[in-house]
Amino acid sequence: MQNKHPEKLLDEKGLRVDGRRLDQLRPVRLEVGTLDKANGSAYIEQGKNKILAAVYGPREAHPKHIALPDRAVIRCRYHMAPFSVDERKSPAPSRRELELSKVIRESLEPTVLTDLYPRTTIDLFVEILQSDGGSRCAGITAASLALADAGIPMRELVAACAVGKVQGQLALDLSDIEDKQGEADLPVAYMPNSNLVTLLQMDGILTLPEFEKGLNMAIEACKTLHTMQREALKNKYSQIREVAEEKEEPEVIA
Amino acid sequence: MVVLAEPRQVVAPGELLAEGDHLLGENSYKIGNQIYSACVGLLEVDGNRVSVVPLKGGYIPHVGDIVGGRVMDIGLSGWTVDILAPYVAMLPASETEGPRGPRRRDLSEMFDVGDMVMAQVLSFDRTRDPLLTAKGPGLGKVSSGRVIQIQAAKIPRLIGRKGSMISMLKRETGCQISVGQNGIVLVWGRSPEGERVAVEAIYMIEREAHTRGLTDRIREMIAKSPRMEEEVAKQAP
Amino acid sequence: MSATPQLPPVAKLEQKTVVDLIAKGNRIDERGHDSYRPITIQTGVIEKANGSAQIFLGKTRVLVGIKVETGEPFPDTPEEGVLTVNAELVPLAHPSFEPGPPDENAIELARVIDRGIRESKAIDLKALCLQKGKKVQVVYVDVYVLDHDGNLIDAGSMAALAALANAKIGKYEIKGDEVIVKPDRRPLPINNYPVSVTFGKVDRNIIVDPSLEEEQVMNARLTVTIEKSGSICAMQKGGLSGFTTEELRKIVHIAVERAAENRAKILAAAKI
Repeated sequence: MQNKHPEKLLDEKGLRVDGRRLDQLRPVRLEVGTLDKANGSAYIEQGKNKILAAVYGPREAHPKHIALPDRAVIRCRYHMAPFSVDERKSPAPSRRELELSKVIRESLEPTVLTDLYPRTTIDLFVEILQSDGGSRCAGITAASLALADAGIPMRELVAACAVGKVQGQLALDLSDIEDKQGEADLPVAYMPNSNLVTLLQMDGILTLPEFEKGLNMAIEACKTLHTMQREALKNKYSQIREVAEEKEEPEVIA
Repeated sequence: MVVLAEPRQVVAPGELLAEGDHLLGENSYKIGNQIYSACVGLLEVDGNRVSVVPLKGGYIPHVGDIVGGRVMDIGLSGWTVDILAPYVAMLPASETEGPRGPRRRDLSEMFDVGDMVMAQVLSFDRTRDPLLTAKGPGLGKVSSGRVIQIQAAKIPRLIGRKGSMISMLKRETGCQISVGQNGIVLVWGRSPEGERVAVEAIYMIEREAHTRGLTDRIREMIAKSPRMEEEVAKQAP
Repeated sequence: MSATPQLPPVAKLEQKTVVDLIAKGNRIDERGHDSYRPITIQTGVIEKANGSAQIFLGKTRVLVGIKVETGEPFPDTPEEGVLTVNAELVPLAHPSFEPGPPDENAIELARVIDRGIRESKAIDLKALCLQKGKKVQVVYVDVYVLDHDGNLIDAGSMAALAALANAKIGKYEIKGDEVIVKPDRRPLPINNYPVSVTFGKVDRNIIVDPSLEEEQVMNARLTVTIEKSGSICAMQKGGLSGFTTEELRKIVHIAVERAAENRAKILAAAKI
C-alpha cells in the first residue's frame, strides 16, 4: 500500500510520487454505453479514479413546475460511493457533493442544445466508485460522453482536467496525495471548437504567470482527452460493424 | 464545398464535417464557414446538404407520425397516452371511431389504462403536448400479437429504403408487422416460430443498423433458423 | 408508513406475453423455470475498499464495497465487532430510481442481505473485538445497485459474499488509547457462506431468479437463504399475494440446489 505521507512530492529527478513527469496525464481508459437501462452512459478510469456517468432524458419533467417553457432543464447529481475513499463516507450528500453537482452541470450547459427540448428534463448522474483526486474533472469527461451516447444533440464533447502546484512546480492531473499536500488546485473544463472554458475553479495560491501557464497545461490536456473521447464514441460502433460485416458477402450490383 | 469526413462513417458531436458553401441538414450546425456534427451518427451528404443521421436518441413527435402508445389515464373527454416521448400525448374521444358523446364508463370500455393503441400524431408544437387520432386504417386498440420496443432512431433502418427491409421481413417470416415511428413494433405471426424469428430479426436490425449488407444477413438468418425450414417445408404445396 | 405502491400503467399486452410463456413452461429469455440467468462475478474491483465485488446477473449489475474501520461495540454485545449493511438503489440504475435517502425497498434489500450474513454467523464477530467494551472492528457492507433488471436481492447478496470473502484487513494492535493498524493483508474471519435464492410466483407457476419484466407480473416473491450445511438461515416473503404450503415445500428444495451451485461460483470468483 502506498505511503500516505511521503516526505516529498517530487524526487531528485523531478518525478512525482507515482513516477510521472510534471506534465503527464495519468493513464485513462474510456468506455461508452456501459449500462443497460440508462439512455446514455460512460465509464472512465483515470489513474485510480473509477467513475460511472449516466443520462436519462430528455424526459417529461417531474414535478411539472420545474420545467422551463423554452428549453430543457438539466439536472445533475455528483455522488460518491461510501467505499470510494480511504475512510468510509456516509451515503448522504455532503456540501461538497452539492457544490460539485452544480459546477458540473454548469460545465455542460454551454454545450447541450437544450432549446430543442422545451419543457423536459435531462438528468445526469455522476457516481464516483473510487476516488483519487480530480474526480470532478474525470466526471465531466465521462458525463459529456454519456450525453452524447444518449443521442442528446450538443455542440461538442467537453473534457476536463486539473492542474496543481506541488513543491512550487505546476503539475498536471493531481492525484489525491498531491491535491491534499500541494499548494494549489485548478480544475478546468474546456470545449476545443468553441475555445470555451466551462469549468474553472481554484483553491490555493497561484501568481498570474503561474495561472496562465497552468491554464494552458490544462487546456492541452483537455484537447488530448477530447480526442480520446471521440475515439471511444466511435469505437462502440466500429466494433459492432467489424463483427457484423466480417460475415458480409460482396454486394451484387445488378 | 469540401466534405471533410467520410460519408456513412460514424461521426461524433463537434466533428468538422464540411467547409464552404453548403446547406444545413439535420443534426448539424455551423460556425462561420464550417459545418459540425451535433450528435453521434452517420454522415450523409446529399448534393449540397450535409446532415447526420443519429445512431441513438429519444423519439420527438412529428405531425403525421404513426406511433404505438400505452394508455396511462382516462380523463373526461379522452385518454392520456405514453408515446415514449418526453411529452405526454392526448387522444380525445372525438378522434376515435364510434358513437358520439361517450361517458367515462364508456371511455374505459373503449381503451382502458394499460392498453396499447396505434395512433397518428395530429398536432404538436413547442408549446403544447402532442394530440393524437385513432381514426384511420390500421389505427385503434391492439388486442393481440407481440409488442416490442426498439430505439426510435433505428426505425428508418427497420423500414428500409422504400420499405425494402420491412417487406422482406414480413415475407420471409410470414408475419404481419406494424411499425410505429416512436419505436413500438407490433408482430403477429401465423406461427410462434415465425413470430420468434421476426422479433429476433428486429432486434438484430436495431443492433447492426449502421452496418452494411444488413438486409442480406437478416434474410440469411431467417432462412437458417431451424424451425423456419420446417415451416417453409410445411407451407410448400 | 408503507403504502401499496403506485404502479406505472400496466403494459397489458407485454405482460400477457410474459405470463403466457411462463404458463407454457417457458420464459421470455428461454430459460427453464428453475434456472438462473448467466452469472459473472469479479472481485477486487475497488482497490481503496478492503474488499469488493461486482456481479452481473443477466443484465442486473450490482457493486459491493467492504470497508473495515474501528469503532465502539453495541452496549449489549461488548465483545463483538459490528456488521452494518447498507443498500443504495442508485438513480442511474433505473429510470424510476430517484435520489434521496433509502426507501422501503432499499432498506428491505439491505436487511435481507444482512440477515443472511448475520444469522449464518458468516463473519466471526467475536474475532473482531479489539478491546472489550471499548474498541471493535466495524465491517461496512455497501451494496450499490448500478443497473436494475430484476432480482436485486440475489445479485446483492452474492456480490456481498464475494466481497467479504475477497476482503483483506490489516493487523490491529492496541497501544494504550490508540489503535494501530499494521499493513498486513489478512482475510476477514469468515466461517460460513450464506447464499440467497429468490423465487417469483406467477399465477400457479414458481420461477427462480425473476427478471425485471417477470417481477412486474408476479404476484408474490420469496427469498430463501441457505447456509453452507444446507440449513435455512433467512427467509423473506414480499409482494401482494401469498404461497401455499405445497409451493413452499417445493421452493425450499430447489433453493438448496441452486444455492450450492451459486456458492461454488462465488467461491471460485473470490479464489477460495
